[in-house]
Parts: sequence; C-alpha cells; structure tokens
Amino acid sequence: MNKRLLFVLPLAVFLVLAVYFAIGLTKDPRKLPNMLAGKPVPAFALQPIKGRDDKGFASTDLPGRVSLVNIFGSWCVACQIEHPFLMQLAASGAVPIHGIDWREVDPDAGPDWLKKKGDPYELVGDDPRSKAAIAFGVTGAPETFVVDRQGVVRYKHVGPLNEEIWRDIVKPIIDKLRAEGAS
Amino acid sequence: MIAELGHFTLILALFMAVVQSSLPLIGAQRRHAAWMALAQPTAVLQFLLVAIAFLCLTHAFVTSDFSVVNVVKNSHTAKPLIYKISGVWGNHEGSLLLWVLILSIFGAAVAVFGGNLPPSLKARVLSVQAMIAVGFYLFMLLTSNPFERIHPPPFNGQGLNPLLQDPGLAFHPPMLYLGYVGFSMAFSFAIAALIEGRVDAAWARWVRPWTLAAWCFLTAGIALGSWWAYYELGWGGWWFWDPVENASFMPWLAGTALLHSATVVEKRDTLKGWTVLLAIITFSLSLLGTFLVRSGVLTSVHAFATDPARGVFILILLIIVIGGSLALFAWRGPQLTSTGLFQPISREGALLFNNLVMTTAAAAVLLGTLYPLLLDAVGGGKVSVGPPFFNAVFIPIMVPMIVAMAIGPFLNWKRGDLMPALSRLRVAFAVTVAAGLAAWSIYGDGPFLGVAALALAVWLGTGTLTELAGRVKLFRAPLDESLRRFRRMPRSAWGMTLGHLGLAIAIAGMAGAGAWTVESIQVMKPGDKVTVGGYVYAFEGAKNGKGPNYSLVHGTFQVSRNGEHVATLRPEKRVYDVSQQPTTEAAIHTTWRGDLYAVIGDPEGTDGAYVTRIYFNPLVVWMWVGTLVMVFGGALSLTDRRHRVGAPQRRTGAAAVAAGT
Repeated sequence: MNKRLLFVLPLAVFLVLAVYFAIGLTKDPRKLPNMLAGKPVPAFALQPIKGRDDKGFASTDLPGRVSLVNIFGSWCVACQIEHPFLMQLAASGAVPIHGIDWREVDPDAGPDWLKKKGDPYELVGDDPRSKAAIAFGVTGAPETFVVDRQGVVRYKHVGPLNEEIWRDIVKPIIDKLRAEGAS
Repeated sequence: MIAELGHFTLILALFMAVVQSSLPLIGAQRRHAAWMALAQPTAVLQFLLVAIAFLCLTHAFVTSDFSVVNVVKNSHTAKPLIYKISGVWGNHEGSLLLWVLILSIFGAAVAVFGGNLPPSLKARVLSVQAMIAVGFYLFMLLTSNPFERIHPPPFNGQGLNPLLQDPGLAFHPPMLYLGYVGFSMAFSFAIAALIEGRVDAAWARWVRPWTLAAWCFLTAGIALGSWWAYYELGWGGWWFWDPVENASFMPWLAGTALLHSATVVEKRDTLKGWTVLLAIITFSLSLLGTFLVRSGVLTSVHAFATDPARGVFILILLIIVIGGSLALFAWRGPQLTSTGLFQPISREGALLFNNLVMTTAAAAVLLGTLYPLLLDAVGGGKVSVGPPFFNAVFIPIMVPMIVAMAIGPFLNWKRGDLMPALSRLRVAFAVTVAAGLAAWSIYGDGPFLGVAALALAVWLGTGTLTELAGRVKLFRAPLDESLRRFRRMPRSAWGMTLGHLGLAIAIAGMAGAGAWTVESIQVMKPGDKVTVGGYVYAFEGAKNGKGPNYSLVHGTFQVSRNGEHVATLRPEKRVYDVSQQPTTEAAIHTTWRGDLYAVIGDPEGTDGAYVTRIYFNPLVVWMWVGTLVMVFGGALSLTDRRHRVGAPQRRTGAAAVAAGT
C-alpha cells in the first residue's frame, strides 16, 4: 500500500465517525422505540383491584373506542405527580382512561391510593406479577398507551402525562384516530 | 456583581487566547522573535483571567448566590461547604470552567518553566494550546455560560444530585480533567512538531513527562470513579462498561500506549509518525470523553446534560480539532523520517507490541461504546452494548500483552534475544504454574477465567520482580552491592517496575472480584442471620436518623466468622430533603482477603424486616492498592533527573552507549 495513504487513513476513519455523530445528534436519545406501535394490544385479562367489584380489565374491553391505557402503581412517585392531571382529564370526558395497577406488593395499597386521591379510571386491572406490563413492554411507571378503535396500539408515552404533552402530542393523535374512524 | 466580573474575565480570557493562538504562530513561521515571545505573557495572563473567573463562580457557590442560574440548579443552602465547592464542577457549565482552568495552568507552566525549549517550538506549542482554549471559551460563552443570572432569584436552590455529594466524587472530576487536559500538552507538542516537520529525542523527552503526569492523574481519576461506584451505587460492582467509564478508559489506553512509544522515539529515533498520531488520538479521545456523554449523542445513567444546541457546537468543535489535526498529520506526517532500524525481537519491538494491543483495545472499547449510536444512525433501532461484549472482546486482547509485559523488559534495545530472556524467567514461570495450580485446587469449582487471570497476575508480578532482581544483581553480587544498586536505580526504572507491579496487583484484585463474588439478597427480620462467603451476618434491625441535609435509615449487622466477631457494619439508606432522591451508603469492611459489603434496602412489612443485600467481594482492595502503586510509580518516574535536565543534553555513561544514538 502507498505509504501516503496510510497517513490519510486516520482522517478518513474520523470523518466517517463524524458523519455518524451528526446523524446521531438528530435523534433523541431519550425516545425509546415503541415495539407495539401499529400492533394489536397484547391479550391480557386482569382481576379487578380490591374495592372495585367490577369485572377487572381485559384486552377484549378495548376495541370500539379510542382510549388510553395508563400503567401506574401506588409506589411510583412520578405517578403521584401525574395523578391530578389524570383526574382533570377524566373529568373533562375527553377520552376514557383505563388503568393497570402494576406491581403492588400490598393488594390494598392501590385501592387505598385511588380512594384517597380519586379514581380517574373507567376500568382497572390488578397486575401484581407484571403479566400485562411485560406484554406491553413497559419500561417503568407511569406509561400511557393510546389504543384506537380496532384495539391497536398507536402511541406510547413514557413518564407522567401533563397538560402540555396532552395538548401537543396525545390529543392531536386521538383527534386524528377519531377522524380516521369516522371516514 | 461578582458573577459579572467572572463573566467579563472569561471574555477577556477568550481575547487573550485569540492573541496567543495567532501571533506567536505567525511569528514562528516568519522567525519573528518578538512575536514568538508574546506566547509567554499571554499564556500567563490567560491563566490569571480564568483563575479569577473560577474564583468568582466558587464565590457564588460558597455564598449561595441564587441570582446565578447555575447555583440555583446545583446548590442549596443546607449543603455542607465541601459540596458547595465541589458543586462548582459538579455540573456541565462549571466543569467546563474547571477544564479551561486546568488547560490554562498547563499552558502557563510551559510558558514559565519551558525555558530550555527552542523558541519556535515553544511558541507553536503555546499557540496550539490557545487554539483549544478558544474553542472551549466560545463553547462556554455561547452555549453554556456558568454566570447566567436569573430574575427574580428563588429563595433556595435545587441542590446537587445526592449521588454526587460524596468525597470520592468531589475529587473525581478534577483528577480526570487533569488527566484529559494533560494529554492536551502531548497533543500541542505533536501539532507543533508536525508544523515544524521535526520530531527528535529532545521532543520526545519534552512530551514524556507531560504524558506521564496526565497518565498518573487519569489513572487516579478512573480509580476514584470506580471506587465511588463500588461503595456508593451499592451494587457491589466496580466497573460497568458504562459509556462514561469507557470515555475515561479509552484515553487511558491510548495514553498508556503513547507513554511507551514516546520512549522509543527518545531512545531509538523511530516510530515518530506513530507517536505523533498516538498523541493526537489520545487527546481526541479525551475530548470525546469530555464531550460525547454531554452532547446527547450518547446517553448514560449519569450524563449531566443533553441539549441539541450544545451537541451541534461540540460536533463542530470536534471536527475542527480532531479532523484538522488528522488532516495536518496526513499532510505533514510522511515527512517525519526515522533513522533507527527496527528488529521485531527487541525492546522497541516489545513496546510496539504493547502499542498495537493498547490501541486495538481502545478501538474495541470505542466500537462497543459507539455501536448503539452507529446502529441507530442507519436505522437499526436502539440497542445497548453491555459488559458481555466488552468482557468477551477486551480480555482476550489483553491476555497476550500481559504475558509479553513480563518478557519485554528483559529484551535489549535494537536487537534482543528471546531465549536468554525466557531462560531468566524460568523461576517466574515455575512460580506462576505453582500458583495457578494452587488457585485451581482451592477455587477449582469457580470459573476457569478467574484462575487464569490470577496466574497471569502472578506471572506479571514475579516477572517484574525477577527483572528488578536482575537489575540489582541480587544473589549474583554481594548483598551490599545489590543494596547499593537498589538505591541508585534511576527513578524512571522504578517507574516501570512499580507500574508493572501495580498492574499485576490490580489484575489479581479484578480476578478475585470478578470471578468469586458471592451475592445474597434476602428479607431479614431483626435477629435473623445469614451466611455469605463464610461470614455470618446477624441483623440487629434498623433505626431512623437525620443527617445535615438528608434523613436516613441505618441498619446494623454484627459479622462473625467461626464464632469470632469480625466487624460491625452499618449500611445507610438516605433520602435527601431537597430532591427526595434516595441513595445507598454501603457498609464495607475491608480485609486483604476481600471486602464484606452490606446494603440495606426497603422495609418489608411492618415487623422491622428489611430487604438486605450482602456481598463478599474477594481481593477488591488489591485493585485500589495496585492502582495506587501504579500512580506512585508514574509519579516517581516523573521526578527522574532525565526529565528535569534540559532537552538536548544526553545521558552519560554506559546507558547512553547502550541506547545508541
């Protein structure tokens, strides 16, 4: 090999790396991929939580309406931050919210929490063994999934929902899904 | 007012650096002595200006001036003074200010103590240093101003991340930065040499002490960080191949290679282009280490800030500095001619082998660190590369080097002979085999890799001691003769011996902690006992308490072995008042056999039971001791006469003859 080429090689390698860095900068590292996007909600059937003597929450409850599925737990600090906004959202009637009460060690903890702070959920399932949470690919609580009329997951939000995220991201998606279904 | 003073001096420092980076360089090209001489006062003034800026920021932190955004975000009145001070560099903006401060200290040191450098080389070196500084000043002033004000000022600050409120971590960043920035000197010398078109023994003799000092600081910095992770994160681990750790490890690997190749340039007048390239690579990796984790290109559990605007600036800066210097290398590098001949079996051959292994290892770590980024860029999705990859790639690369490390010092410069070298290692080989078999019989049920690593450590240790014994003619000359030689051994030789010995000790520690750690997680009620690694831990329960700015739960364990009391361990779990973030404070009792390590977790139920995690980490202390020995060796070598005497002087006597010219 030409000796001169050898001296150019480090520069060439670096420039290739720099191009990758430039592409890497355009991606948000905090955005985790949603493996379920565009796929039907995984099948699950959860028992009701104590104090709510309804039927619990199952994947078959979802088709028919656009809805939110919120993963929460009484142990989760960020969920406490999110909770007032969920109450507000439920009161506004903008979209039905279902809850999955995830990883409660004490079966009373979740129901107590909802009794004390208010219950924004239409349906709630108890998921102490993470059966549904694993199927949903949950990485932490809270997480919220937007499910369309066909029972297909269309969007996932990681972390607490708030006014801003609702207004700028989640609501437009829901409006679009409703328009899709109407046409 | 004081914050504005800091901001203002920072701007002045930028202008000073602009002057320092241009006029002396032009002066050196045109052989204009007065212009070249400008490099010295500007370097010193630049240092004074940054120092004032740094003091201003420190003042803002110490007095809790909450009209400064940076103080609001990273400090709190209820914080102990030491963490108010360490808070200065415990954040993105402040750490950059520390970075430029250290850069200017090194620059001023060259200006003041570099009297025996050729004037043109000195002017060029200082100019290149100032160019780096200009980039950093602009980055700070345009995107990360540490002196930004907030109005109206809040009543109190948000506090420093509690994980960082720790003595180990208070001094970790300054150490690391002294290392990173120290490599900027080698870089500046390399660029200056490329501009001059000349690399010689005098040049290498100037580069080596800077590289060595930087290497010592970096080694100590990495060890501090690893030690902190070990006792503070409470996972019982000490190295996680996290991008941030890799970022400091890559320049260490490249810097270690540079340290060895600079010796070859000095002694044999060869490997010049390679050494210059290594100097560039080492500093480039340091820059990457400073920046990559901050820019949002890579995220890690303990990245400080991710901000796209900063990311773009950083990328441009990296392209200018690294791309520019590599382009200069491509253009001027071929003109660096070597005179020395090269035999594969020789001291320089062994050092080249070290270089190849170290750079391959650095490249492997770089690949593993960047792979998630590369894959994501081509749309391959998000992945993370974890310890299995690094262990599978890194360990096999290092094994042949450790084997060769014991042999290398026995080879002569120019032309070595392998057989006599090997025959002198007979005893070391026998000891290694015996130690390996002994380890195998004791730990035979454990992983084979652990036994092999222990044997390697013994091989390197005994090999190094054999070389030391040969050097002082132990048992071959009268004892007082040996003692005299022992005392008169050059400090640079001691540096090599202690450096290699320290690594051997550290490898033994890594082998023990990596292969035979015993972990036990359980729920314990007061009065419960659990046996881990032959030690019985009796849990006496946990109490609540209060620290200066946190509340705590501390548990008590009485540890005994064969019925004899060994230690009382009191692990803590803290919840900081301001951020409500919990941290664990592991309780560790260190013995030379291993560490007893206990962590208390969450309460379980109502009868005073807690989740507890108990580890027995064998030989961990050897890692820190080994690292200390390495750093001590480096520091000792730094005080060698050879580095203090002027550049063009040659050593006299037999050594110089043996070294050739």
